[in-house]
Amino acid sequence: MVTRGFFSGRRPPSDTDARIPPGQYLEQGFPVLSAGPTPRVRTEDWSFTLKQGPKPIKKWNWAEFNALPQSKMTRDIHCVTAWTKFNTPWQGVMIDDILADAGIEPPTTFTLAHSFDGYSTNVPTKDLVTGKAMVALLYEGKPITADHGGPARLLVPHLYFWKSAKWVNGLQFTERDEPGFWELRGYHMYGDPWREQRYSSDP
Amino acid sequence: MSAEPSPQSPWQAATITRIEKRTPRVTSFWFQPSRPFAHLAGQHVDIRLTAPDGYQARRSYSIASAPEAGGGIELAIERLDDGEVSPFFHDVAAVGDEIELRGPLGGHFIWEESDGGPILLVGGGSGVVPLMAMVRHRTLRNKAVPVALVFSARIWDEVIFRDELIGLDDRLDGFNLVLTLTREAARRPSDYSRRIDARMMAQAVERLPKAPKLAYVCGSNAFVSAAADALIGAGVPAEIIRTERYGV
Repeated sequence: MVTRGFFSGRRPPSDTDARIPPGQYLEQGFPVLSAGPTPRVRTEDWSFTLKQGPKPIKKWNWAEFNALPQSKMTRDIHCVTAWTKFNTPWQGVMIDDILADAGIEPPTTFTLAHSFDGYSTNVPTKDLVTGKAMVALLYEGKPITADHGGPARLLVPHLYFWKSAKWVNGLQFTERDEPGFWELRGYHMYGDPWREQRYSSDP
Repeated sequence: MSAEPSPQSPWQAATITRIEKRTPRVTSFWFQPSRPFAHLAGQHVDIRLTAPDGYQARRSYSIASAPEAGGGIELAIERLDDGEVSPFFHDVAAVGDEIELRGPLGGHFIWEESDGGPILLVGGGSGVVPLMAMVRHRTLRNKAVPVALVFSARIWDEVIFRDELIGLDDRLDGFNLVLTLTREAARRPSDYSRRIDARMMAQAVERLPKAPKLAYVCGSNAFVSAAADALIGAGVPAEIIRTERYGV
């Protein structure tokens, strides 16, 4: 439906068009979104736990986690609130390297990421491994600020950014695809920006 | 390219039925959806504009009207000078225009009568909009729920819904309005003229008959961060604080 009198808009330059998913616009800043107050997690209190169901597999403190092999990922990110930001540079520990340090293969098909503030979000395990996702520790070469999810946040850049849980403190492998915080509140279980899977009623 | 809205599409055409300037920068638009629409206080809609060449711009706007208000959905839209959707509404949109809308959306920043109270609402600028839906819902449904609304605006003339809010405050029925102006002197004895801080939040809590059950904070990211920290500084538990940020 063409909107009467709407001609202008902020069309992206045509050479970047192909990088912007449907319904998104290009943002130069880095907006902040969260469901509650920003938790201030001190690195001395920080830990990261890998679980299968209720059973812990391995737990790392800040120093142990930072000693794992680190990788860099520079990716475009897409927020469900319709902004897309190009070339965000992150550094952290690939999920593959976390699993390798724990000495396990992915035990189940689904994963719930958990955060210090009680937030959670579900991601299929295959979307976390084979170089697709990391627990990020640095943004633009510096520690991630608290409002952007520091000390550490999940980074799953090919899905809408609510899947990249801020203040992450663990991954839990689950037998079923269990909805997390926003997924229980009307947002899509998978969240592919290229298929515009914003809300639960989207195909 | 978008298809025309179909029965399966989550998008629907809504007709603008009324336009009213609220402040120099904020105008309310009322939309009559073409399909049944039932929202909860605090929810938002997505609006999508389509240019003749198929280019689309989409933004989310909070609903200001109470669920039971009737007369269409009120969106109070602030003009952002570098925006692409809000200038369209302020400069082009007219009564009778059809706009594509999706919703209601959002399942976290909501208050229903069954959630109970007291509730503490903290809004900065147009962040008051979803809180206004909660205030109106409470007034229409259950005035026994005590409410304190702390509303920060730059100046008196930018206090959105000012007459309505002061009218509700004057009823002394359990709704408390606390205005704080950051660039002008306070006009009412109970108001402030400074940025929100923990002492102001503690005094707002004292206006409630007992500790708040839920607190809602909405505004710009900087505002929400400062207000949430001030609430925590005033002893409000982080677990009861829900935030909604514009993101910039």
